[in-house]
Amino acid sequence: MREATAIFRKQVLDTRKNRAVLIQFIMFPIMTIVMSNAVKVDDIPEFFYLKLFSIMYMAMAPIVSMSAIISEEKEKGTLRALMMSNVRPASYLAGVGVYDFQCCLIGTMLMSKSCGLDDGPWWKYLCVIMLGLVISIILGAAVGVMAKDQMAATSLAVPVMCLFSFLPMMAQFNDTIAKVAKYFYTQQLYLALSDINNVKIGTEGLIIIAVNAVVILGFFVLAFRKEGLSNE
Amino acid sequence: MISVAGISKSFGNKKVLDDVSFTVNDGEIFGLLGPSGAGKTTLIRVLTGQLRFEEGDAMVMGKRVSQLTGADKKQFGIMMDDFGLYDRLTCYQNLRVFADIYGVGDQEIRTVLREVELADAEKKEVKKLSKGMKERLRLARALLCHPKVLFLDEPTSGLDPQTSNEIHEIIRKRKDAGTIIFLTTHNMTEAEKLCDHLVLLNEGKIVEGGGPKELCLRYDHQKRIELVTKNGETISLEMNRDNAEATSRKIAEFLKEGKLQTIHSKEPNLETVFMELTGRKLEV
Repeated sequence: MREATAIFRKQVLDTRKNRAVLIQFIMFPIMTIVMSNAVKVDDIPEFFYLKLFSIMYMAMAPIVSMSAIISEEKEKGTLRALMMSNVRPASYLAGVGVYDFQCCLIGTMLMSKSCGLDDGPWWKYLCVIMLGLVISIILGAAVGVMAKDQMAATSLAVPVMCLFSFLPMMAQFNDTIAKVAKYFYTQQLYLALSDINNVKIGTEGLIIIAVNAVVILGFFVLAFRKEGLSNE
Repeated sequence: MISVAGISKSFGNKKVLDDVSFTVNDGEIFGLLGPSGAGKTTLIRVLTGQLRFEEGDAMVMGKRVSQLTGADKKQFGIMMDDFGLYDRLTCYQNLRVFADIYGVGDQEIRTVLREVELADAEKKEVKKLSKGMKERLRLARALLCHPKVLFLDEPTSGLDPQTSNEIHEIIRKRKDAGTIIFLTTHNMTEAEKLCDHLVLLNEGKIVEGGGPKELCLRYDHQKRIELVTKNGETISLEMNRDNAEATSRKIAEFLKEGKLQTIHSKEPNLETVFMELTGRKLEV
């Protein structure tokens, strides 16, 4: 617990000066606030930007930030120093993961509150986003663990992030993509938010999300067993 | 105490440590001297439990390396070249991260910063520090946990002489406080100055061991006397236990005839000892 708290505190101090990671946390909340308040189009569905950007944020920010944080520490050797100070990998990942989760959650709260979502549906909306954040954080951690350095992490994270975050948007315009997209957790969570005042996930949706979570967790375990946390 | 008996370690087909054995006593500065690629860093990794080895046995602080617990490892201070620092954090914040992990207080951070003479730079971001200051901060991090054993991997590599001397002074103070210092270097001057005991490592094998002076004496057949005569001629005479008398007579003759301009004694050092044993230079 002490190690995880130390990592969390380190992350708080570091992110303030790490623009590459900081921007991941604030970009979508700002875009949502600006678009929702400045762009008024007739016939646009209620909370359109909030729903769309929430899902993109939920998929993009944790994947990019987790992979960037872990790969930077691997590249610069700070992770080796931590491991040799007897920080267990689980403590390290918990420290970074909880920090990432908290930042994204604050961003999500800001987005949703600024769009005027009522308290009742707000809690359900948050639960859906939190579920997605956890899966995305594990995916981001897997990418970070797999990559030897930051450049490798970026080249891995970008396609993964695009796949998961853009599918729900593209599925709106193309039925074939929609048929494929429905097997991804981001699409299921987007569908759950389609009526944001009445958030619901069906049995099929829950199964797909659970399968996604298990596959991603398996991917993380494989990456961890193969690469470990410090470049060796 | 550290004792290593017949350790071997391979990476693929390449044997990087081959039947390595030695003992390090408490309160001793032990040097592992060898050129780059000799296996020095690998040996530190083995002794600190970062790497497993195939053959042999290694004990640190009375425990087998494979049985060291997390609490045992927290008594190691490790300074390795590839252990990075958080560039965007200040010196103090960098140490704070590790102090939180070790459960060490604020007072200790300030003490260590003073010890490595970085107290004035505690609010400076690491990316703005010079190389020497970064090395001192790495050393401070290794000292933070009150280590019983301090593993230092080329601690002064690439540093200017003044910073190197400052680091040597800190190492000596820690030795006086009873810490075992395990040092790797390819710098023979550093090894001669600091180490109580050292081994010469070449291609994973120990080729010689002993105290720095003892080693040089053991190879005193390399000692030469260089005479430069007044007409510019240079004469090199071998000087060892067997021919000392004959060489002295020759020098006396030259002196008597008033032919000599200068006399230089070229004594064996660790570099020449290593060269004789391996045919390689140390600082490669």
